[in-house]
Parts: sequence; structure tokens; C-alpha cells
Amino acid sequence: MKKRIVFALVALTAIVAVFAAPAFRVGLVTDVGGIDDKSFNQGTWEGIKRFATENKLVVGTDVKYLQSTAEADYVPNLSTFADEGLDLIVAPGFLFEKAMGEVADQYPTQKLLIIDSVVNKPNVASAVFAEHEGSFLVGVAAGMQAKKAKKNMVGFVGGMQFPLIEKFQAGFEQGVKAVDPKITVLVDYAGDFGNPGKGQALAVKQFNAGAYIIFHAAGGTGNGVIKEAKERSQKGDIRWAIGVDKDQYADGVYGTKSAVLTSMMKRVDVAAHDVAVLTMAGKFPGGQVLVFNVKNKGVSIPATNPNLSKDIIAKIADYEKQIASGKLVVSEIPAKK
Amino acid sequence: MANRNRDALVVSLVAVLLGFLTGSVIILLTGKNPIAMFSAMIQGASGVIIKTGKFNPRYIGEFVIQALPIILTGLSVGFAFRTGLFNIGAEGQFVVGSLAAAIVALGVKAPPGIHVVLVLLGAMVAGGFWGAIPGYLKAKFNVHEVVVTIMLNYVAFFVNNWAILDVFHSADRVKTAEFPVTALLKDPMLSQLTRGSRLNWGFVPVIIALIVYWFVIEKTTFGYSLRAVGFNKDAARYAGMKVNRNVVLSMTMAGAFAGLAGAIITVGTFNFGRALPMAEGYGFDGIAVALVGGNVAPGIFLSGLLFGMLKAAQPLMQSQGIPKEIAGIIQASIVMFVAMKHGITYILERMRTRKEPPKEAEA
Repeated sequence: MKKRIVFALVALTAIVAVFAAPAFRVGLVTDVGGIDDKSFNQGTWEGIKRFATENKLVVGTDVKYLQSTAEADYVPNLSTFADEGLDLIVAPGFLFEKAMGEVADQYPTQKLLIIDSVVNKPNVASAVFAEHEGSFLVGVAAGMQAKKAKKNMVGFVGGMQFPLIEKFQAGFEQGVKAVDPKITVLVDYAGDFGNPGKGQALAVKQFNAGAYIIFHAAGGTGNGVIKEAKERSQKGDIRWAIGVDKDQYADGVYGTKSAVLTSMMKRVDVAAHDVAVLTMAGKFPGGQVLVFNVKNKGVSIPATNPNLSKDIIAKIADYEKQIASGKLVVSEIPAKK
Repeated sequence: MANRNRDALVVSLVAVLLGFLTGSVIILLTGKNPIAMFSAMIQGASGVIIKTGKFNPRYIGEFVIQALPIILTGLSVGFAFRTGLFNIGAEGQFVVGSLAAAIVALGVKAPPGIHVVLVLLGAMVAGGFWGAIPGYLKAKFNVHEVVVTIMLNYVAFFVNNWAILDVFHSADRVKTAEFPVTALLKDPMLSQLTRGSRLNWGFVPVIIALIVYWFVIEKTTFGYSLRAVGFNKDAARYAGMKVNRNVVLSMTMAGAFAGLAGAIITVGTFNFGRALPMAEGYGFDGIAVALVGGNVAPGIFLSGLLFGMLKAAQPLMQSQGIPKEIAGIIQASIVMFVAMKHGITYILERMRTRKEPPKEAEA
């Protein structure tokens, strides 16, 4: 009899284990940049992984990702996860806009999150960033650093020229001009997010023209900008690059120094993490547009900036307060030349 | 000839087997189960979910969508190859075909049925023109077509992005406005039939292209003279064939096939013209498809389906924790084993002769 009870108990635990509520599952679909793009795909994945660790979810089964090879993969990749019935599917990048809309219609009960774009569907949460505000802050850093070195020219290298990247340019220009309206800002667009060679060529052009610091908003192309700044600084011709999306300090390291002055951090990881937390709590913000800005620390400079002097950091903190309180409004659109 | 075709088929099949074997070994080495890969492939191609026994026809639709463009770029590379030319430019021809398709779709007003045909023809003309450039340079100045086609890939890429970003862009700049429905290969009926996949009428032009390829190459005097140029240029010239003309025409045809692939993606899979963040590789997949398909129409059809299946299985494999690169490794190793065909035929010959002597003894 005792044996039977034990047996029944064991069987019961086994059944409970099998039928226990399945773990919360989150899927990420990357764009063609891949999971290790050092930019928003990687950033978003880091946010999801942090969410997994906090909730003791297994990376690879409960939270996982699909990488896309071509734009034509976006819809089938999103659909594959939707077929599996994941609790939340995340896609970073405005290139997903159309695919996201289609899949949202196709799977009306599937919860979806798009980062960097707005999709107006009841089952899609949209997270967008105030890139111009963050770029303003690094513009201030660039302006002050240039003034210290008695230089009066800085540069901006963008990936492709469309409104999203122009927000970076606009904010940066305003930040620089806030320090000193006489500083010239060179602007170039590479026409490509995956071409470091092109980025380096543009950096050579701008540095040769006299630019002291270049802010890049060009994904992989920007790695060429950082490389050029590093190579020149190594030879004693000190130049700086400003990173984007993540803290790129490590990418500019030469010897004991780094050629990356600071970075405009766009916390896609925070967006992915926070929406996952909300969704798990049953508060999925479907149909809403979540704005991540200076005020809620969605865009910022890194916590530590070894290359920035104390007065620059203090000045940036001051501007942060002004922007957060609404006293200072940064425009999204570059001034007409 | 029949014997040679059979040998080519055997070599390709052996190469495919070895490719899957290599993939399986690598999956095992990374500590995963290769069975997951095979079940993903079966699901990707047939829609049957092995684990649950359920059937989802969406996967069949997406599988066809993956196979169509690479069959066409395979035909493009194969056609040039039959004339002894390496068309590395299918990628660029694909891109100008996409752009031309977008321009005709947006700029021309025509009744349903006719509009979409104009779109396809426009893409073929543009792709054909892009292929004719290296053909002409080869014929006239003996500039190597590999160099020219590779360079033209970049030109096509940037021309497309310039045109979309600066001329034909819509509000968000990286794509054009949506095309009118008359320009589309899309059909809600086909989509519903496959539970919401993007299946469209693109398979019709692909079937026509396969038949045209087969007919031109195998059944016409023109095709014969193309092949003759491929076998031996000097002999063909000595026999009175217009070698230079054939080189240009062959590259034009090749470009037209790749251009058509661009149109099928642009008005079939999508319904807007796109600026490309990076090359998407349809043209390069075509090289693999043509090689494995032995540059004959039925072979290219089958190898296009095979590589389409690998692509269609990718999300399912990734979801099982098998990285998408595995599919790439399998594809690459299949191509590599096909390239080693002399070695494989040699081994096959050895196996044959080893078996044969006792037969002779009996006789």
C-alpha cells in the first residue's frame, strides 16, 4: 500500500512537471545585419537575455532568435515563431515595418514588438527612440573637446540618408552649435550600413579636411570611422570618433587609450527588456507607441567616459536636465544648408 | 551523351549526400541532433510537422517562394556557362531587374494581366542589358567577363539604391510607394490556399523560363552554336560560327533570366521597390544552383528546389538551436563536392572496374 502511494506521488509529480505551465517564451528576429552586428540586433538580444536571466528562462529554448539573410526572410521568420506560439516576438529595425504589419494581420492574437518604427496594429507594441536628443549630448561633447584642442571642425558620417539617420545628424549639429556656433560640421552619408571600407574612406576625407572628431551613425560602416581615428591617433595625430547605439569605447582601443571619445547609446536592450517584463505581467502595451528618450534614459552617454573631462560630463548632465524637463527642445530635422 | 548526363546526375547526388553528411557531422560536433535538421527540412518543404503530425501548407508556399528566384539566377549562370562564360554578375542583373520592375510597376498604367507582363518584360530587358555590357566588352575587347560582371554588381547595387532613395522613394525613403495591384503577381487565392504564405503566380514565368532554356540550348541551331563556343571557341570560329555575336547574345539571355528573378521578388514576394542595405545573394546562390544542376534545365530545376528547401528550413533549424550557417555550410560543401567531380567520378570508376573483372572472367 505504502509503495502504491509513493508510486502515485512520483507519477503525480511527473505529470505536474510535464503539464506545468510552459515557460514564458520570447523570440527575436534579426534583420540582415545579424545577431553580432555590434548594433541594435545585438543590443536587443542582450536585453532579452537579461530578461531571461532575471526570470530563470533558458536561452536557446525559452528565449531564442532567428537571423535573416535577406529582406524576403522577414515574414517567414516572424511567421515561424508565431506558428510556435511564442508569448512575444521582437523585431528591431524599421525595415521590419511592412513585414510586421502583415504578420500582425495574419496572427491577430500574437503579441509583437517592433523597435525603431511604428506599426499601428492592436497586437503590436512600437518602441521608438529620441535619437536627436542623445545625439545632441554627444554633439556637446564633440564641440567642447574640439574647443579644448583649439579646433573648429567636426564631422558626421551617416549610413543611409533617410529621416531616421537624419535625426542623429540634426541632434549632433545642434549640440555642437550649442557649444559654439562657429564650429563647422561636415556631413557625409555612406549609402551603406555594412561597408567599413567606405566608412574609413569618408573618415579620411573628413579628417584631411580638418575635422577633429567624427560622430558616426552608420552601423558596420562606422567601424571604418573608428579604425581611421584609431590609426591616426596611434601615429600621434590625435583624432576622435564617437560611437553609436552601444558603448563603442572598446572598439577604439590602442595601447592603453581609446580613440572613441564617447558613444550615443540607444538602449534598444532596455526597450526589449521592459516590454518583455510588461508582457509577462499581463500588461502588453499593444497598439501603443513607447518613446525612449533622454528623460527615461532610453538614450544617453555611457555610464563611464574615460575620455571625457569632468567639466564636459557636467555640462552634458546639465543639458540632459534641460532636455528632460522640456526646457530645451531638440529638433529632429537637420537645418537646411 | 546519355551516359554523361547520368554521370553528372550521380556526381550531383553523391555531392548532395556528402554535403548533408558534412552538415550532420558539424551539427553533432556542436552537440546538437542532426535529426532536428532533417525534420526541419521535411517540414520546410512539405509542411508536415513531424513531431505533431500536423500539416501547415504555409511552409510549402514559402518553400516555393524561396526556390523561384534561385532557379532563375541558376538558369542565368548556367546559360552563360554553356557558352564558356562565367556570369558572376547574376546578382547585379537581378538588382537592375528589380529596379526596372519597380519603375514599370509604378510608372506604367495598363489593364490587369498586361501590366504585370510589361513589368516582367521590363525587368528582363534591363537584366539583359546589364548582361550585354560584359558580353560586349568580352567580344569586342576581350575584357574578362568575371572582372566586369563583379564590378557591375556594385554599380547595379548603388544605382538601385540611388534610384530608390533619391528618385522613386516614398515617405520613409528606403522603399517606393506600393505598386498598383495590376502590376502584382500576388493573388489572395494562392495565399489563402497556403494559409497565408506569400505564394504567387511567379512560378508560371519560372516554368516558362525553364522550358525556354531547355529548348534554346538543346533544340535549336542557335543553342548548338552557343554550346560549340563553350566547348571550343576557336573551333567554333573555324567552323564559321559568329563567336563574338554568340558571346554577347548569351550574356544578354543570362542577364534576362536574372532580371526576371528580380521582377518576381519585387512584384511577387514584395509589392514595393526596395533600397538594399546589402547584397542579398540571389545571384551568388544561382552559381551554386547552376553548378550542382550541371547547367541543364532539369538539373537546375532540381538543385534550385534543393537550395530553396535549405533556405526554407533555416528558420525552423534556427528555432531548434541549429545556426543558419549550417545550411550555408551544407550548400557550400555540396558545391565543393560537385567541383571535385573528377575525384568522385574517378572513385566511381574504380568501384565499377573493381566489380567488373569477375564478370569478364565469367565470360
